[in-house]
Amino acid sequence: MTPLLSVQGVTKHYGARLGCGDVNFDLWPGEVMGIVGESGSGKSTLLSCLSGQLAPDAGKVVFDTRAEGPRDVLTMSEPERRMLARTDWAFVHQNARDGLRMGVSAGGNVGERLMAVGARNYADIRAQAIDWLGRVEISEDRVDDRPRAFSGGMQQRLQIARNLVTGPRLVFMDEPTGGLDVSVQARLLDLLRGLVREMGLSAVIVTHDLAVVRLLADRLMVMKGGQVVETGLTDQVLDDPQHGYTQLLVSSVLQV
Amino acid sequence: MIRISDVSKSFVLHNQGSAVIPVMEGASLSVAPGECVALVGNSGAGKSTLMRMIYGNYLAGAGRIMVGDVDVARAEPREILTLRREVLGYVSQFLRVVPRVPTLEVVAEPVLAAGGSAGNGEARARELLARLNIPERLWSLSPTTFSGGEQQRVNIARGFAHGFPALLLDEPTASLDATNRAVVLALIEEAKARGAAIIGIFHDAAARERVCDREIDVSGFTPARAA
Repeated sequence: MTPLLSVQGVTKHYGARLGCGDVNFDLWPGEVMGIVGESGSGKSTLLSCLSGQLAPDAGKVVFDTRAEGPRDVLTMSEPERRMLARTDWAFVHQNARDGLRMGVSAGGNVGERLMAVGARNYADIRAQAIDWLGRVEISEDRVDDRPRAFSGGMQQRLQIARNLVTGPRLVFMDEPTGGLDVSVQARLLDLLRGLVREMGLSAVIVTHDLAVVRLLADRLMVMKGGQVVETGLTDQVLDDPQHGYTQLLVSSVLQV
Repeated sequence: MIRISDVSKSFVLHNQGSAVIPVMEGASLSVAPGECVALVGNSGAGKSTLMRMIYGNYLAGAGRIMVGDVDVARAEPREILTLRREVLGYVSQFLRVVPRVPTLEVVAEPVLAAGGSAGNGEARARELLARLNIPERLWSLSPTTFSGGEQQRVNIARGFAHGFPALLLDEPTASLDATNRAVVLALIEEAKARGAAIIGIFHDAAARERVCDREIDVSGFTPARAA
């Protein structure tokens, strides 16, 4: 078996300051990897480098493509990378507005992604869009409303539907539950976990919420000052942290 | 099935003056298929620590922890994940689940994770929940709102849903009434009969007497108090 994603020595500097340094990991099919760390630790920089939104200074991001097997995403041509971003990859932004088209109806937001990969039959597209809205618990009578008319939690769920409708194999998520109240978070976590299992998705989730990674991620990577300070099984890293920073992070969580 | 040799462990508290606390030294034991071994020793002797190391929840400092043919002390995370899905079950003292997920799905999950069908998972979950006397009207609700004893029984149902070849049980009969305690002991006996290797912590001496073949006193693995 080959890893779905193999990250090798990814490094990014902003001028003299280190964004992220020499990051290495393999992500296997069906695995969910959490990346935690405080603000400014480099986790979002790393996610942007992995997902092709930012060019790292050094390193390789090798993705196991359907057609040609493992290929370094960073050396792909722009159209190839865009095609990948539309088909096998998905990116769920922290702010749903960054991942949605606010002037297009909910159904259109989902259907547009299908059209981008070649769907042309209007009735099929609409039926599939409605099916996906249902999966993320948005009722059919809202299909023609624009996302502007949705609550924050609904927008986030719509963004997830838009991203997953094309059946990607790898999903990048940047603080997917950030800014949502806890009851909505729980609903979203439940939804994400179900989808990850049903679709056999692999995911990389950046968050600063340790409770979220405990429930969603199989493995965990802890970053500080642009460096990975600790990696391992999620429950092992949280229950028996080895690095001083991770120990501080875990012991700083407020108990409810 | 489970073979532990010369395992040691210390905790290093980096934020508290880098204090080093040795908690285990030279731990060795083995458990054959169909055998149930009890870990005994006073509170703080390291029973739970040893159990957590076998599950890969705590990192072993040194030594070998073989479960089947995987050395948990050295395995990659994904090897341990596979081991936990297919081979090694763990009933902890506390239930930890995604809020909002119905009890029936919580219990069926290990069956699906091990590759079973949704139908089998549900059937097994129904059978176990009924045996453990969880009222059927609660099955569609999330266990997060259940009483302590009910959560404990859901946790047990979850632990026995898939026929794991190796099982770790942390106080499975604590906080249970006599009827449910008897059900749990029967579940343990059935697991032994199908060949599961079991390591358990039981404060309930009568339960230990009934289901365990041997006792291992972990105080023997406690490092001599350093200063």
